[in-house]
Amino acid sequence: MSDTTPDRTTRHIPDRLQSPLSRALKSWEMLLLIVAVGIFILNALASPYFLDPWNLSDATFNFTEKAMIAFAMALLIISGEIDLSVGAIIALCSTAIGLAMTAGAQAPVLVLVGLGTGLACGAFNGVLVARFGLPSIVVTIGTMSLFRGISYIVLGDSAFTGYPAGFAWFGQGYVWWVITVELVIFALAALIFWLVLHRSNFGRMVYAIGNNATAARFSGIRVERVKFILFLLTGLMSGIAAICLTSRLGSTRPSIAAGFELEVVTIVVLGGVSILGGSGSIPGVVIAALVMGLVTFGLGLMNVPGIVMSIIMGLLLIGVIALPRLWTMLRRR
Amino acid sequence: MKLLKTLMTGAAALSLMATTASAEEMRIALVVKALGIGFFEAANKGAQEAAEELGDVEIIYTGPTDTTAEGQIEVINSLIAQRVDAIAISANDTDALVPTLKKAMDRGITVISWDSGVAPEGRQMQLNPSSSPLIGNMIIKLAADHLPDGGDVAVLSATTTSTNQNVWIEEMNKVAGDYPNVNVVATVYGDDLADKSYREAQGLMQTYPDLKAIIAPTSVGIVAAAQAVTDAGKIGEVNVTGLGLPSEMAGHVESGASESFAIWNPIDLGYSATMIAYHLAKGDATAEPGATIPIGRMGEVTLDENSEAAMADPFVYDASNVEEFSSIF
Repeated sequence: MSDTTPDRTTRHIPDRLQSPLSRALKSWEMLLLIVAVGIFILNALASPYFLDPWNLSDATFNFTEKAMIAFAMALLIISGEIDLSVGAIIALCSTAIGLAMTAGAQAPVLVLVGLGTGLACGAFNGVLVARFGLPSIVVTIGTMSLFRGISYIVLGDSAFTGYPAGFAWFGQGYVWWVITVELVIFALAALIFWLVLHRSNFGRMVYAIGNNATAARFSGIRVERVKFILFLLTGLMSGIAAICLTSRLGSTRPSIAAGFELEVVTIVVLGGVSILGGSGSIPGVVIAALVMGLVTFGLGLMNVPGIVMSIIMGLLLIGVIALPRLWTMLRRR
Repeated sequence: MKLLKTLMTGAAALSLMATTASAEEMRIALVVKALGIGFFEAANKGAQEAAEELGDVEIIYTGPTDTTAEGQIEVINSLIAQRVDAIAISANDTDALVPTLKKAMDRGITVISWDSGVAPEGRQMQLNPSSSPLIGNMIIKLAADHLPDGGDVAVLSATTTSTNQNVWIEEMNKVAGDYPNVNVVATVYGDDLADKSYREAQGLMQTYPDLKAIIAPTSVGIVAAAQAVTDAGKIGEVNVTGLGLPSEMAGHVESGASESFAIWNPIDLGYSATMIAYHLAKGDATAEPGATIPIGRMGEVTLDENSEAAMADPFVYDASNVEEFSSIF
């Protein structure tokens, strides 16, 4: 009889639900990484020009500026807010940089002007959302027209050109061999935002607010202050992107960076950030930016028309987001 | 594994084919402002015609989804990567494309602009479909021709940043004194979007009840304006003119919403741009002020001091010939 009683010592109770390795393997980031590698291999097979360091270096311009903003946008969306005015902030920053250039300013001042304008725009959005409690989607749709409108008033149909040679370094310069300045800024931004979101108290606060703002408030988190800082950060990153883009184009028109906001949000959502807030990671956003860049460049090499390219991008977005849900649905059966 | 192997062999064969093709043929990229615009599709037709005539030319017809400089830069970067022989571009922005096109020229690619130009440092030459003074004069002349007693006219343009439209309107204003009866009362911008242009045209008719003509020097704007005039029941009162495509305007010429309009032949333009790109890339012509470049059946062009050349005069379409051309473009 005693032989049949189950031996308690052999029963295994795991102290973790999954090992870190298997959790990582099943994660969203891993799925995206597989997609990215797959696209990379397909591109390399489809075009003889793809595996050229200089070509790949050129291709990074397809996403670097948008991805810089996407990091800040990821934090904002995780906290449950959104900023649709980022493209317009770029236009206003670029216009301000152009005005400073016309006044005779050199590269260091131009950079400060760009950063300052970005921060000011972010602060404006932040005050309206955090202080007055207005919905961010409404506020930033408004400031999207406002900021770009100011650019149009200043510039009309003219353009700022003739930026000083030193300023070209940000968007056209190389740090080492094929590594562009923009790519380094992108990598640094990724590292900093990773530290902020995943390794700091501030990052925990952002998640807490996104999951339950009321609970976060009762836990002593100053919700408004955190949101204000997030809008400031988004403005700042848009300012940095504006410096890079203005430097790369060597000119400013009020239509600069038109439609950037949707591409930035696409990168963030593709990166696994929940559009409802509360979850997401920086590595996901980094890989999503790479996927976007690889897809547009690869299709460009095959001279696929832009219309088809946006269809593929859309299908990819829906596909990558639907896949995990389909997977769980099928497994439950 | 077998599938992978088949795929790899297939891809290898494909890439091999691509390399041999590029060794034999000259690849000329025709980069347009955005795909899906009738005018540029017609230009592509002309480019294909030139390629057929030249024999050893492959045309890569490409462009972004919407008319942005950023989109065109992505396209140019991928063309540089493919090491095409020549790029012939109709630019969305005079200045923003310069750094990228300079890079293309640094890597040995022939770069010319056509239709909407690029600043001189970003291209070897610019092919204008016509000369801007001639176009500016033509659009106001078309309005004046059907206004024997004179009256108020308004301009419906594309975007405030459209290089072409701004130059033409500027030239039009320069010669406005030659048409003393014609009074230009306003310039509005429909952003080359059908619905916005339509609303702007409606707005013009409401703001200026005595309006006699709308000049729309854009193929999107002129159709929207003609539709707005038709819908307002003002055919015969407000004449819509400017620059448009025969295929899109034939109905409006027939209904009387538009007496006449002008356009150069985009087929000829794509043809000529391809011819010039071919000769420059081949090295049997040079792009410098005063140089002459042959353009096949269109004759030849001579470059001015800015390395710009004009192809031909704009051509007027009215009830007598619009049907014939509407099947072409």
